[in-house]
Amino acid sequence: MALLQITEPGQAVDPHQRKRAAGIDLGTTNSLIASVRAGVAETLADEQGRHMLPSVVRYTSSGIIVGDEALTEAVNDSMNTIVSVKRLMGRGIKDVATLGDQLPYRFSASEGGMPRIETVSGNVTPVEVSAEILRTLVDRASATLAGDLDGVVITVPAYFDDAQRQATKDAAQLAGVNVLRLLNEPTAAAIAYGLDSGSEGVIAVYDLGGGTFDISLLRLRKGVFEVLATGGDSALGGDDFDRAIAAWIVEQSGYVKPLASEQLRGLLMASRSIKESLTDNAKVDIDFDRDGVQFKGILDRTTFDDLVAPLVDASIKACLRAVRDAGIELGEIHNVVLVGGSTRVPQVIAKVAEYFGKTPLNNMDPDKVVAVGAAVQANVLVGNKPDDEMLLLDVLPLSLGLETVGGLAEKVISRNTAIPAVRAQEFTTYKDGQTAMLIHVLQGERELVTDCRSLARFELTGIPPMVAGAAKIEVMFNVDADGLLSVSARETSTGTQAGVEVKPSYGLTDNEITSMLQASFEHATGDANQRSLMEARVESGRVIEALGNALAEDGAALLTESDIQALQQAIEELGRVSEGEDHLAISEGTELLGRASEEFASLRMDAAVRKALAGRNIAEVDKEF
Amino acid sequence: MDFNKNYFEIFGLPVDYAVDQELLGDRFLDLQKQVHPDRFAAGTDQEKRLAVQWATLVNTANETLRTSLPRAIYILGLRGVELEHNPTLPAAFLMDQIELREQLESIEEGEGNLEELDSFRQKMRQAINELQAKFQEALDEDTDKAERLVYELQFLSKLMVSANRLEEKLLDY
Repeated sequence: MALLQITEPGQAVDPHQRKRAAGIDLGTTNSLIASVRAGVAETLADEQGRHMLPSVVRYTSSGIIVGDEALTEAVNDSMNTIVSVKRLMGRGIKDVATLGDQLPYRFSASEGGMPRIETVSGNVTPVEVSAEILRTLVDRASATLAGDLDGVVITVPAYFDDAQRQATKDAAQLAGVNVLRLLNEPTAAAIAYGLDSGSEGVIAVYDLGGGTFDISLLRLRKGVFEVLATGGDSALGGDDFDRAIAAWIVEQSGYVKPLASEQLRGLLMASRSIKESLTDNAKVDIDFDRDGVQFKGILDRTTFDDLVAPLVDASIKACLRAVRDAGIELGEIHNVVLVGGSTRVPQVIAKVAEYFGKTPLNNMDPDKVVAVGAAVQANVLVGNKPDDEMLLLDVLPLSLGLETVGGLAEKVISRNTAIPAVRAQEFTTYKDGQTAMLIHVLQGERELVTDCRSLARFELTGIPPMVAGAAKIEVMFNVDADGLLSVSARETSTGTQAGVEVKPSYGLTDNEITSMLQASFEHATGDANQRSLMEARVESGRVIEALGNALAEDGAALLTESDIQALQQAIEELGRVSEGEDHLAISEGTELLGRASEEFASLRMDAAVRKALAGRNIAEVDKEF
Repeated sequence: MDFNKNYFEIFGLPVDYAVDQELLGDRFLDLQKQVHPDRFAAGTDQEKRLAVQWATLVNTANETLRTSLPRAIYILGLRGVELEHNPTLPAAFLMDQIELREQLESIEEGEGNLEELDSFRQKMRQAINELQAKFQEALDEDTDKAERLVYELQFLSKLMVSANRLEEKLLDY
């Protein structure tokens, strides 16, 4: 694949000071990890030279197997070999039931509504399964880069909702890796292509993966990638193409009984090979005979095109909506980029070219481009490129809202709003003396609550008892740069902060995560205390370094001599405490130092903002002369 | 950070209904490059928190100044005007609105003629543009009049949203 060259003019990088960062593409079918080394972003291979890791996890009574070795047993041991777990992330048991005929697993419910999959070595949630994949990749990177990772950027489909994103973050937490940012896959691809071609303008990224479809429109200007609009379908992907072929084979074979999991898995795998074959061949000979399903014949490309046409058309429709949302004309799009293995299908390339009216770019390996883009951002975020101008401005993919009277969903933040974002909504009580309120948070574009995704239910307590309608409760929705929502609430006439207890609809509760983490400590080598101590030291080290750099850069300009002294002393103090063995004291010290330097941080921000605007003004003045 | 600055001040722009959108766009990028949380991914928790607050404010301010109706409402807000939730509007205006709604409904119930819908939307856009011009004038002379014009703009804006939704429905998005 084309290696991404990043020039670093004039930057003498001390190899001992470079942090280890990686980008992870946690895909439905395959996962990859990439890192920037010697100015080049590239995927990392395992000891056998394999870059792609099949997103397959097999649970056996003697251990957990991840990757190719698990995949080979997918057909024989389909109940314990979890394939395409990404489709289950952030989903509840009912959603999973609708995928039921496609996934052979046995499911049961858990505390937070997340389905558990029954395997021979116990019940596992999709989050735990994903954590295994992440762990394998992180271990690979640590081995290759000779040390622990300081941070990773993990990509998610742009169209992933809050529950799906939170599940991904939870998986990273379980895997013990520090997430710098959740990055949208099309944005990651745009980084890879944008830096490669170096041009400014509007890019359309058509990303058809194994289980998800995203379309993103981005404008690249002055080093900033600004997402104009994003759309897609988090349940449409190459897997569906495989299913269409499988259904056709079953129909042709005349087999009418319901399929067992082994049969299904076998059919799907055969269908995938057929699909891939049809990329280079106009027709494929099929000789399928497995467990009672028999078919011998030919599938030609025309028939295949007909089978998948509704799927491809659905993706084009999503493109239409995104272009409309972006408020641009098709002609304004400079480049169309194809991402994801399924974009190799000739009909996909043809229809995309037809709709956008230009030949799509796919010169970068569509399987690797997302991981590569993520690695580039990880490298910047971890601090290896302090002067880099590159910035990503992303958007919320799906509207966030609340349930109101009559089962209606009222939007609070619209889709395609730039993030981070905040919006407030005011409520009042309907009964005299009412002290609590139940708030149901939703995500989606539809008008009825039942047609939207339920994210969480909040109980607001501590509302001062008043006459009905007198209380003014302000609920604040905050969406961070990862696209994750947090909610706070206040009764404004008295100023009391309302207690907010969150029950995620399809996520892991804090209790569940804590128990899982504890369980993994018990299995891990070394004891929990050691790990906490190490983490506390890494954290304090980071803060000491950040503050040290800040003082060196701006201390003299913004602070008095005594303020500088005070901060330097505080830094030394934390350094001393960090050499001790008390991880709680170190964490506390880190927090204290952070708070002590808050005023300084604020001054630096103000100065930076003023500089940004002043710089602009000077440029304007220059123009006049 | 000066959260007391108004949106225009944040971008170094004069308080005016007419905004140089290109300049706004440039300054938006320049500001985000300085304050976005990604710049502080390796910083302290406090820096990260500040960054999110700043970046959020810059986003909100940008969104407001970029779109004409929110911008109009914001300027009135700077003058101390708080909009009523159920304002009384002139009867003539309301009659026009009812008629327009009926027109839209008949387009929907009829053959679903996209051309008819298109010319309806054209007409709406023109009406909105005219109101905006009047608003600009009123701002200099009569704040009460400007406020009334905003109520009319809100009506037309809602109607426009319905028209856009109908277009999506007809095109089967």
